[in-house]
Amino acid sequence: MPDFDVVSLPETDHVEEGDHAPDFERPLVNGEYWEDARLSAVADGRLLLVCHPMDGAFPATYMWNEIRDRGWTDAIEVVGLSISTPYEHKRFIDDRGIDAPLFSDPANGVAEEYGIVNDLDGMAEIEEPRPAIFLLEDDLTVEYAWVASEWPEFPDYDEVDARL
Amino acid sequence: MAPDSDAPITFYRLQACPFCERVTRTLDACGLEYRSRFVEPMHSDRNVVKRVSGKRSVPAIVDPRTGVTMSESANIVDYLERTYGESAAISGRREDESAATDGPHDAGTGGGD
Repeated sequence: MPDFDVVSLPETDHVEEGDHAPDFERPLVNGEYWEDARLSAVADGRLLLVCHPMDGAFPATYMWNEIRDRGWTDAIEVVGLSISTPYEHKRFIDDRGIDAPLFSDPANGVAEEYGIVNDLDGMAEIEEPRPAIFLLEDDLTVEYAWVASEWPEFPDYDEVDARL
Repeated sequence: MAPDSDAPITFYRLQACPFCERVTRTLDACGLEYRSRFVEPMHSDRNVVKRVSGKRSVPAIVDPRTGVTMSESANIVDYLERTYGESAAISGRREDESAATDGPHDAGTGGGD
C-alpha cells in the first residue's frame, strides 16, 4: 500500500442491496459479434454485472484476469460493462481470454442510472462507470453490491466468491 | 430448424457496408422485424457467419419463419421482396431485375461484400 492517501471518490447514491437494478439495453459484445441486448434478457438465473474502466486501463485488465483465474464465469452468468466501443470490446475479449460478453455504453447512461459515474480527471468530457460489481437475482433484485469509493479500488473478490 | 413464425430475422452485417445498408432498407420497407448482429471488417474474424451461412461474406440473413439462410444482397433483397414485399401480397408477380451484384468480387474495397 502506498504511504500517501489514495484519491477518494465523492459520495454517491448508487444502486444498493435490495434495490431493483435498472434494466437497460445496449450492444452486447461477444468474441464473434455484437447485438442489442437487455440486461433482463441476459439474466437467466443469477447474474454478475461487472462495471469496469475503459478497455486497456490496467484496472480493467486486473479485474478480468482475476475473474478468469477465479473461474467465476463457470460458476455464474457474468457480463461486463464499460464505455469502450464494440470493436474495443472484441479485441479486449480476444486479448485477455475473457469468457463473458461485455456491454458497450460510450454515453455512460447506465452508470448514470446506477449512480456510479466516475468523471475522469484530465480527460475532458469523458466519464465512465466506477469499478463496481452487482450480484443480481433473475428479476434484477440486487443481492450484493460493491462500488469503488477510491480511485483506484478493486472489488473484494473473496467476498464475491463467498456469495457465488 | 423448424420454422418459427414469431422469431425475427437475424441479420449479420458490417457497419457502413453499403450492401448491408441495402438489405436494411429492404427489411424496413417490408416492415420486418430483425435483430442485427454486427461483425468485423476482417473476413478472418467472421467465423460465426461462416458457421451460419457457409460463407464469410455479409450481408447474410437467417429467417426462422421460412428456415432460409442466405448471403449476398441482391439475393436477399430479391428473396425479401418476393416473400414479404408488396408484390408478394398482390400476385407473386416478380420482376427479375439484374441488380448490381455484390459478392466476392468486391472483397477488398473495404465496403464488405
